[in-house]
Amino acid sequence: MNSTTIIPLFVIIPLAAAFLISLVGRFIRRSSEIIIFIASFTLLGFSIYARFLLNSAAGKIMVYKIGGWVPPFGICMVMDGLSSFMLVTVNLIAFFVAVYSLAYMEQYTDKPKFFTLFSLMVCGMNGVIITGDLFNLFVFLEIASIASYALVAFGTEAEELEASFKYAIMGSVASAFIFIGIAFLYSFTSTLNMADMARVLNYKENIWIIPFVGVLFLMGFGLKSALVPFHAWLPDAHPSAPASISAMLSGVLIKTLGVYSLVRILFNIIGSNHGYLTILMFLGVTSMLVAVVLALSQWDLKRLLAYHSISQIGYVVLGIGLGTPLGVFGGLFHLFNHSVFKSLLFLNSGAIDYASGTRDLKETGGLGKLMPVTAKTNLIASMSIAGIPPFNGFFSKAIIIIACLQKGNFGYAVCAVIGSILTLASFMKVQKFVFLGEIKDKLKNIKEVPFVMLFSMVCLALICIFGGLMLLPSFRFFLDDAVAVILKGTSYAGVVLEAASRP
Amino acid sequence: MTLYFLCLILFCVGLYGVLRKRNLVKIIIGLGIMEYAMNLFFVLLGYRFHGRAPIDAKDQNILNMVDPLPQALVLTSIVIGLGVTALVISIALRIYEKYGTFDITKIKRLKG
Repeated sequence: MNSTTIIPLFVIIPLAAAFLISLVGRFIRRSSEIIIFIASFTLLGFSIYARFLLNSAAGKIMVYKIGGWVPPFGICMVMDGLSSFMLVTVNLIAFFVAVYSLAYMEQYTDKPKFFTLFSLMVCGMNGVIITGDLFNLFVFLEIASIASYALVAFGTEAEELEASFKYAIMGSVASAFIFIGIAFLYSFTSTLNMADMARVLNYKENIWIIPFVGVLFLMGFGLKSALVPFHAWLPDAHPSAPASISAMLSGVLIKTLGVYSLVRILFNIIGSNHGYLTILMFLGVTSMLVAVVLALSQWDLKRLLAYHSISQIGYVVLGIGLGTPLGVFGGLFHLFNHSVFKSLLFLNSGAIDYASGTRDLKETGGLGKLMPVTAKTNLIASMSIAGIPPFNGFFSKAIIIIACLQKGNFGYAVCAVIGSILTLASFMKVQKFVFLGEIKDKLKNIKEVPFVMLFSMVCLALICIFGGLMLLPSFRFFLDDAVAVILKGTSYAGVVLEAASRP
Repeated sequence: MTLYFLCLILFCVGLYGVLRKRNLVKIIIGLGIMEYAMNLFFVLLGYRFHGRAPIDAKDQNILNMVDPLPQALVLTSIVIGLGVTALVISIALRIYEKYGTFDITKIKRLKG
């Protein structure tokens, strides 16, 4: 068996799980839970195994040709350092969120439907990451988006429906811009394969259409990743979803659909230049500062976390926008760290909601004694997101700030430090109002949440503590390979086409 | 060229509907018009005047044929558009059940 046959499994497994769950989930008790657990666990295992397979592959790239059609004629799936990095991130979070949902979703009716949509979302995200074809990317992007629109409205309360409607309209407009961008690129290059497109663009004259398409993609993917001028849907949509879905949305969805696709297209297909990088850095810094200031005044716990997602995406985009090896390294490392601690924070907020029935900071208080594990994991995640050593958030933020200084952007470095301090301030507020202080009479007899929820939270907290170890030389290949793919720029085309021509 | 401009105008009509209308249903119609405009644009990219379908058969000498790939892709895109529209309409119906109105100025429990 050829080692590349593992690549399509990342789409097949969640798709099959979604199909099976919707088929048998309603008739056999507990079958949906068992299927989703097995599927997400195998996906996590396969993504880590594929990372090690990649190490032994020639040129650190694997290409799977669907139906045996050689690119540019057929659709191919490409697994390189960046894809593999994103796959591990997505499937890691998806596994812990799935385990958490086993208990958390008891509050809602119709678990099978929830898990069906959940696996479709994972399928869409995995597809976006591994596909090597631009239109295919659009299709997977829409699968993940539609599943997430439905999941935001899952509770069918008034606020959830309103948020979902807003999210669906904004998301569809974003998709329209992306689609038009793809249409323009197709008309210009007569190909849809990403590698072939990059090859054609390399030797064509540079005309006005490329900046135009670049702006269309910046708008479309900027909306999907909620950078600041386009962020209006996120603070409504993310808090309204069930907590485990908020964790998926904030943790990995905006990064996969937004940041990853944008980076892949801007750096590997169109080819980055000074203009795009300046725009990315500017958008990053604006999101970082505006969102963190808005977050300070929030009293709804999940809404506060949602604003912090926008702010932390700003750090990721700033790091990648710097374009230097260290900056990109910091940006990707922060992407991984943020998906871990932000999902942990959302899972914590879900646990508080599950136990006490409220997530208004004014109504909670003193939960630290009643829910010790939630309090401890939340403390760890808060310190990670605020960038306190030795947790993982500190290292990535420090790398981004050092990269800013190295490139001579002192203003951006100062902004990053200010953003970090304000983050610390708002998480001190969370600690004070939720876990410290007097216990309100109403909340006297709440209990710690069930074991499976605790299991996910504790595992994610452990990753937060030991995440910094990824900087050690023996683990650095995980990030270094991803950085190398971005820095290679448009020579990505040659690498993929060469790998595809192998038998 | 005129056709492309008409396409652009259609897209702008849809965008205007999404951005300016207050009724949920009209917003959805705007979204539909936008989707039509972009599908039409993609099909037009592969169209040749007096072109014909690229079916290769015996005794056929095709000189001027349209590009079949955009047509195949647009089929996918139409299906996606159908899915989004169906979902958004069902959400709008649920909103009507909860709020008793389709007017977005009266549906504002969230602050944005």
